[in-house]
Amino acid sequence: MSSNAPWWSSEDVWRKLAIWVTAAMAVILVFLTFDTVSQIVAGGERVPGYDVINQRVYYRHDDERGFQVPVIGDEAPLFGEILTATEAEALVTHGKLLVQSKNCMNCHTLLGNGAYYAPDLTKAWLDPGWAAESVREQVMVSFLTDPGGNARTYGTNRRMPNLDLSEDDARAIIAFLKWMSTIDTNGFPAGFTPIRQEGDQ
Amino acid sequence: MSTIGILDSSNLNSGQKVAVKYFTVAMVLFLAQCIFGLLAGFQFIVPGFLYEVLDFSVNRMVHINAMIVWMLFGFIGSVYWLVEDESGTTLVGAKLANLNFWVLTLAVTVVVLVYLIVQTGSGDKFSIWFINEGREYIEAPRWADIGIVLCVLIFFYNVAATFMKGKWSGISGVLVLDLVALAGLYVAGMFFTPNVSLDQHWWWWVIHLWVEATWEVLVGCVMAWGLIKTLGARRKVVTTWLYIEVALMFGSGILGLGHHYFWIGTPEYWFTIGGFFSALEPIPLVAMVVHAVYDAGRHGFQSSNHPALAWLIAHAFGNFFGAGVWGFMHTLPQINLYTHGTQWTASHGHLAFFGAYATIIIAVIYIAQQKWRGNVWMSESLAGAWRWKWALALTHIGVIGMTVALLIAGYEQSFIERAIGGSTWGGYFAAQVHPWFVSSMHWRMLFGVVTTLGVLVLLWDLAVIGKGEVRSAKKITPLEHFASGDAVAPA
Repeated sequence: MSSNAPWWSSEDVWRKLAIWVTAAMAVILVFLTFDTVSQIVAGGERVPGYDVINQRVYYRHDDERGFQVPVIGDEAPLFGEILTATEAEALVTHGKLLVQSKNCMNCHTLLGNGAYYAPDLTKAWLDPGWAAESVREQVMVSFLTDPGGNARTYGTNRRMPNLDLSEDDARAIIAFLKWMSTIDTNGFPAGFTPIRQEGDQ
Repeated sequence: MSTIGILDSSNLNSGQKVAVKYFTVAMVLFLAQCIFGLLAGFQFIVPGFLYEVLDFSVNRMVHINAMIVWMLFGFIGSVYWLVEDESGTTLVGAKLANLNFWVLTLAVTVVVLVYLIVQTGSGDKFSIWFINEGREYIEAPRWADIGIVLCVLIFFYNVAATFMKGKWSGISGVLVLDLVALAGLYVAGMFFTPNVSLDQHWWWWVIHLWVEATWEVLVGCVMAWGLIKTLGARRKVVTTWLYIEVALMFGSGILGLGHHYFWIGTPEYWFTIGGFFSALEPIPLVAMVVHAVYDAGRHGFQSSNHPALAWLIAHAFGNFFGAGVWGFMHTLPQINLYTHGTQWTASHGHLAFFGAYATIIIAVIYIAQQKWRGNVWMSESLAGAWRWKWALALTHIGVIGMTVALLIAGYEQSFIERAIGGSTWGGYFAAQVHPWFVSSMHWRMLFGVVTTLGVLVLLWDLAVIGKGEVRSAKKITPLEHFASGDAVAPA
């Protein structure tokens, strides 16, 4: 190292800086992770408990935050049956296991992550494509149990393959989708037009 | 005594003998990635193609998994390639490294066969453990996760112990610490939860902190070593650059994780943190471009291995444009709200993975082929040089073409599906049938074919480059200006 080289060009300075910067960022990330995880556990501030599937879910504009947010409404049990917290968790868990083992994420997106061959599932429960609130559950079950026969391709000819889902499997997936629609996703997807539901203003 | 122009394993040290095995499997998987990408791309155009035989979900899963695994094999191979050279001693566990290679390769084969034959499972833990975990990029079932971690730990032991036995350098110090993080982070993805927010929160620890942090630093180490090897660049200067890159990469990339936390249920403060730090992520990539091009220019583009240097420079630009520019374009939450989950991401993914990672692994494989053939001549007037040039050109034209086609599709989705269609399923499909989207998918297919042709030429070239050549590798002498020991300017 020649004597006229500026201090900031030395290997030693940058080695120390690399170590300190990395350590500092890692520590900040750990602190933020504790806070974030506490808010996104089921039943936390931003992610409702699984028994929320017993209630109606709306997606409404929040003027203060400037985007749409899920709003939990009155009682509206899924498939007409009120579930305990434990039963609801078991049903959603079964649904999530199915979503993973059927590899849904390599065609669809969940919370916007996955593949782009089929629509996003984040607000699938609230999608107007299910015709009307009164028939939504049945239409969803029919579609999931026989996606070829009840194909909804909207002119693309892309059909969901038959995934050997029983009616119970379909109900579990629907429970998972209903629960997922209640997550506060900071307004994603934007400008979404939900299905018309009882109690809409 | 080495034999010039003939593939002879006696030209290689024990680490390098293992490395070429990893490189061979990596290149086979690279071709598999292309083939399954073509199948998936074709299904966008003809959706009935292989319906309920090899569905899009299967092809796409194999496409992205083959990529992740061939890149991991390429990285492991690269480290085994340089470990003896860099440590100045022999690999401590050559037999262990060989055994590890065969176990890992066998495991990957079983996982892929299960993906292709069994495809999906019933909704229970058995499926997660033995068939398919169903989480993008880390679909490998849990048994394979555990196997991967064990194999990486054995690899880590071999590398760290070799450096401990020999000598440490700036490059090896960064490399070993980076490997600890790389192996440790994978564990963050090895659990099941019904809570999709929590699931994706930890899933990004693996995906982001691998791809946008630890992998970047790992290729920084390989780049530093590669510049010393191909250009004779001075170690002190290269090492200083490496530290600068580590500071900038981890300084921006660790909290840059926040740009995946805008929409998955995580708190609003990630808008600011993720937006700010991820916007800084291109800076170290600019530094890498400056570094590589300045080095090459200072040496008058004289090099001992032309194809390797070309791919190293391609890496510097590809990393900057693919990861840096294409990432920055949609990293701020205000625009990401409309681009997240559209073909924008696919556009970024194609250019970034190719530009940042495929290129540099290919560069190291060229360095490997050179030595495997007895440190053969690979500079100007090399017989059959058209092959590496065509491989370089076709793969780049192909990937850039796919990137632009997907970007146009992404723009179209942002407008028609998101802004106008209100992000409903109706909006999604309205965007999918729009002529702009449909024509983009056709162009993507065409450029996918071009890419695959390029990869075929590349594999052909890698198999034969230097064959029959009788000259020894060109000797690169350090420039006089920098021979005095000054480290002020990058050289």
